[in-house]
Amino acid sequence: MTIKLLGAVSGMAIIASSAAFADGHAAPEAEVLHYWTSGGEARSVAVLQEEFAANGGTWTDMPVAGGGGDAAGTALRARVLAGNAPTAAQIKGPAIQEWYEEGVLADISEVAEANNWSGILPEAIAGHMQCDGTWCAAPVNVHRVDWIWANAEVLEANGIEMPTTWDEFNAAAETLQAAGVIPLAHGGQAWQDATVFEAVALGILGADGFRKAFVELDMDTIKSDDMIAVFDQMRTMRGYVDDNFSGRDWNLATAMVMNGEAAFQIMGDWAKGEFMAAGKVPGEDFLCLSTPGDGFLYNVDSFAMFAVDGDDKQAGQALLAELVVGESFQEVFNLNKGSIPVRTDVALDNFDSCATLSADDMAASNEGGSLLPSYAHGMALRGAQAGAITDTVTAHFNSDMSSEDAVQMLADAIANSL
Amino acid sequence: MTKWFEEHLPKLVLAPSFIVVLIFVYGFIGWTAWVSFTRSRLLPRYELDGFIQYDRLFDSPRWDTAFSNLFVFGFLFIVIAMILGLILAILLDQNIRTEGAIRTIYLYPMALSMIVTGTAWKWILNPGLGLEATVRGWGFEDFTFDWLVNPDMAIYTVVIAAIWQSSGFVMALFLAGLRSVDQEIIKAAQVDGIPTWRVYTAIIIPAMAPIFLSAFIVLSHLAIKSFDLVIALTGGGPGYATDLPATYMYTMAFSRGDIGQAASSAMIMMAVVFTIVVPYLYSELRTKDD
Repeated sequence: MTIKLLGAVSGMAIIASSAAFADGHAAPEAEVLHYWTSGGEARSVAVLQEEFAANGGTWTDMPVAGGGGDAAGTALRARVLAGNAPTAAQIKGPAIQEWYEEGVLADISEVAEANNWSGILPEAIAGHMQCDGTWCAAPVNVHRVDWIWANAEVLEANGIEMPTTWDEFNAAAETLQAAGVIPLAHGGQAWQDATVFEAVALGILGADGFRKAFVELDMDTIKSDDMIAVFDQMRTMRGYVDDNFSGRDWNLATAMVMNGEAAFQIMGDWAKGEFMAAGKVPGEDFLCLSTPGDGFLYNVDSFAMFAVDGDDKQAGQALLAELVVGESFQEVFNLNKGSIPVRTDVALDNFDSCATLSADDMAASNEGGSLLPSYAHGMALRGAQAGAITDTVTAHFNSDMSSEDAVQMLADAIANSL
Repeated sequence: MTKWFEEHLPKLVLAPSFIVVLIFVYGFIGWTAWVSFTRSRLLPRYELDGFIQYDRLFDSPRWDTAFSNLFVFGFLFIVIAMILGLILAILLDQNIRTEGAIRTIYLYPMALSMIVTGTAWKWILNPGLGLEATVRGWGFEDFTFDWLVNPDMAIYTVVIAAIWQSSGFVMALFLAGLRSVDQEIIKAAQVDGIPTWRVYTAIIIPAMAPIFLSAFIVLSHLAIKSFDLVIALTGGGPGYATDLPATYMYTMAFSRGDIGQAASSAMIMMAVVFTIVVPYLYSELRTKDD
């Protein structure tokens, strides 16, 4: 009897304690620092907040607008130096590794293994999310950078097909110029120059050459004749841009393609969002194709997870990581954002034709080893090296520097930034 | 007790601001100097590593551009703003009836933030929107004024906008200087039949030497720390043709995660400020000792 009673009591105690344990885990908390503050982006991140709340979590939003993430980076640095890191922060590419080296990131391998991330993420992208073999960040989406967008009507009126080689592109541009249309809509900001440059480089150097030059910083490739050819093509393309391009924002350049002022734009798939928002239909009003050459340049947004104290925060971190890579969030978020899901097993029925093309190409290039990080968007190199390359690219594009000088300057700048 | 208090009151009142300045100005100057001798990247590190950051800085073509832009911009801005300000002040000094109103108009640009000035001039100078398009619209099809998008000339657009912003302020400084010259001497000169231009060149302007020095110091520190004007007007472009040391430092520290570079460029900027301010302070202190 006594023993029975004792058993019952201890049984109750166990139930009580496990209830308390469950309670402790029932209130996951996450403070998330991000820079998705513009209209479409804010809507996308609201999706995540709702899903987080629906799973019993408390979300503390910390949006920091401005400077394409510069302001957020500064806020994050201040928080980390003060010993008060957020649960998760929007960081991408090699910057994740840089933060890891500072010893402030958490290990979320448990969540990643439970959800089989290594099975569902493309290998190249999964590599960015791992720090020394452990998982330390969760990917959100894949933007493709090497897109060429075109106004369907303008191309048809001038009897032009979407170019599949750079020579075809140049020929098309000459025809357009003769017809009084601006061939290439472009904004003269350093990152936009870099975006065009890396698309050209991928086309001319090929996937392996691109990897050697802009991931491994192999000096032989950087100083090669092919690199001179890349700068030659940039010089040619400078002639296809209107005179008034300096400082123009990318979305204004997209608008030029939309209203037929210009024919082409080379820009990542966030440009699609502009077309869509204006009610244009892919395949009818505007066309999308990867820039000439094989390969796929990705720009992957991700959340790096910071080491935080407290069960509630760690639970929040785990929940956040699970949701971010979860199928439903991947679909809804990327429909809003114009990118494609980072996992390869999401049904793409609701996505438009450009997105499905992007997803097919991603799968194919993942197989073929030509799925490459975008250098212009901070996926391939650390800030100092990427910045040094961009300096050279923009200095060449905005002056009459020769391609040989540009290559020499590029090599010097990279060496100086190491 | 009261006596002690009276004796030490000035020190007590000054102590907090003295300590704050000591830590937040000189302390952080020291900190920046330390960091500039390390290999700091994303976060500051404190292991000293010699002059590596300065070597990198002086090897960087972008810093070359930024540093020489500082001298082009600083020289033209200071000289032209002072000449223009002096001319405006002398013209206003001719007992004009509506002086108050005109003075306010000229001084008004100073009330605008550099961001507003930069944005307004960006539109005025934009070849497709502003001056060039307007003049072409009048029928002068060949008129070209594309400095803003021309990498060789873009730095001069920054000079134009900065002069527009500051010359009214220099005018006000000089006007006060002109008024402070002893009227008796001027009247005596006029009685002697000395022409007005001689009165200005031989009496008034030499008497205003301290004002010139003040104007120079104010304008040169405006030039060295120029940042917002460039960001609003050209964004440092085309390419990085209009970069200044301040924008270089910002880019390194906040966009590129290269704190060591940023710190070394900040130290060079400070050295430039010191080469201007220290002789000034020295001469000021010496005259007081005399």
